[in-house]
Amino acid sequence: MRRGLAALPWAVACAMLAYAFIAGGYFVTIMSFAMIYAVFIIGLNVFMGFAGQVSFGHNAFAALSGYTSAVLTATYNWEPIAAFAVGLGLALLVALVVGWPTLRLKGHYLAMATLAIGLIVYEIAIQWQSMTQGYMGISGIAPLGIGGYEIVSERVKLFVLMMFVVLSTFAAARLRASRFGRALAAIAGSEDAARALGIEVARYKLAAFLVSAAYAALAGSLFVHVVEFVSPEVFGLHMVVLAFTMLYVGGIGTIGGPILGAVIVSLLPEVFRGLKDYQDLFYGAGLILLLIYAPKGLAGLGNLMSRGGKT
Amino acid sequence: MTLLSLQGITRRYGGLVAVDTIDLEVAEGGVTAVIGPNGAGKTTLFNLISGFQTPNAGRIVFAGEDITARLPEQIAASGLVRTFQLVQLFQNLSVLENIQVGCHLHTRGGVFSALMRSRGTRQTEREVETRARELLDFVGLEGAAEAEASALAYGQQRLLEIARALAAKPKLLLLDEPAAGLSADESKRLSAAIRAIAARGTTVLLIEHDMKLVMNTADTIAVLDFGRKIAEGAPAAVRENSAVIAAYLGVGHA
Repeated sequence: MRRGLAALPWAVACAMLAYAFIAGGYFVTIMSFAMIYAVFIIGLNVFMGFAGQVSFGHNAFAALSGYTSAVLTATYNWEPIAAFAVGLGLALLVALVVGWPTLRLKGHYLAMATLAIGLIVYEIAIQWQSMTQGYMGISGIAPLGIGGYEIVSERVKLFVLMMFVVLSTFAAARLRASRFGRALAAIAGSEDAARALGIEVARYKLAAFLVSAAYAALAGSLFVHVVEFVSPEVFGLHMVVLAFTMLYVGGIGTIGGPILGAVIVSLLPEVFRGLKDYQDLFYGAGLILLLIYAPKGLAGLGNLMSRGGKT
Repeated sequence: MTLLSLQGITRRYGGLVAVDTIDLEVAEGGVTAVIGPNGAGKTTLFNLISGFQTPNAGRIVFAGEDITARLPEQIAASGLVRTFQLVQLFQNLSVLENIQVGCHLHTRGGVFSALMRSRGTRQTEREVETRARELLDFVGLEGAAEAEASALAYGQQRLLEIARALAAKPKLLLLDEPAAGLSADESKRLSAAIRAIAARGTTVLLIEHDMKLVMNTADTIAVLDFGRKIAEGAPAAVRENSAVIAAYLGVGHA
């Protein structure tokens, strides 16, 4: 029973991904977006789940890299991979500038700073019209591809995105099962105890912040190449809200949670659409019930009944 | 030889002097205890030594180096590791992983070595696990290696915290009220564990309320009252000291 419950979300997620390949069309697009979000959340999970910190502004890093990819490939005809290298560098630089001073402070300074950077980058994307074309957005972005080879089929794109998710998860799992990952978990558990064992808390928080910013940058660039269009709304505050929902539904701090969260939450609007006017109500109620009865999210369902329903 | 030396350490909070010009020498080897009634300044003293607070005046010298202004993580790196009065385990990690975190200072590697996971890294990981299991054996928790730290009974959590501190191979181990909340039986086992730690060559400095534990475990005792050191010496001598009896039982009983 317990094992069955633990396997259920995985079965649903796998079935939906498989179904996307069979059905094609709109459903492939939904799952492709889910995979891009999964990359974003796997990174966010390193910072929020492993290290126990909070960021409201990782959409900024996705936007920085996404717009860099967009401008360099659409306006200057760069190779996607070269454009991404620049975007990644820019995102990491901004993460360093924001993270360096704020991660040294205790409390919620970083969370506030990240909120600010998210809003600032959003405003820049709207106002710097000569570069970003404001609300109009940039179209004509190079499709996903490498060395002149471009992926045309939506199904192949989905497959490539799934490979990115597998690699991202693999990297996150390696990080978690290492000296670095244990230090992050120690900081999440007790900063004082971590310091008492010689862990340089600020340095490790910054490293986790940069790692998660790199994931966000990858997700941002993947998005613009898959959609071949970008506008400020793509990386707006709703991206943060959706990512948080996916992270908590899937299971914060777990390895598989981000994938589950991204796929299942992406499906919810489709499931609740039949309820018409009541869909937001059911969506909200569903999330609340899940967080009350499965605080470790879908990835933690297997442990739900192991100790009187706790943990 | 002196391992830790406090020279005129003072810490004030507004008008309150929590620690008042205290001098204390901790010799290398053996167990030294700091005792005193509630509010005597013991925990503040520990926070000052371990760098979580800085003194307003005085100097702290550890293993020949002035550590007065150093940060907790730097002090830990120089070989002085503490535990906490309220157990501070990493609840989100397994019992074994908690001790593995303790090995942090004696290993290397960050993001890239975690991603590459080279042969050298894997070898180090195996050594860390072996050492962690040895320490679990030492404190008698070998059966609980894979359990979540939060699943342990309180007494076991205390032992785990001590094992984790030992993983950092300290020259001096600071134990902040290790017997708080333990049963008489657990307290007895703790006393044996502390003697065993000292026998293995780690100097121990502990704060404690449990008189029985202190008298049975410590080689030297320093007594604090209202932020001042009022006595110091071997357990038997301290027990007979009139100032100590006055501090604990009230002046009339002296």
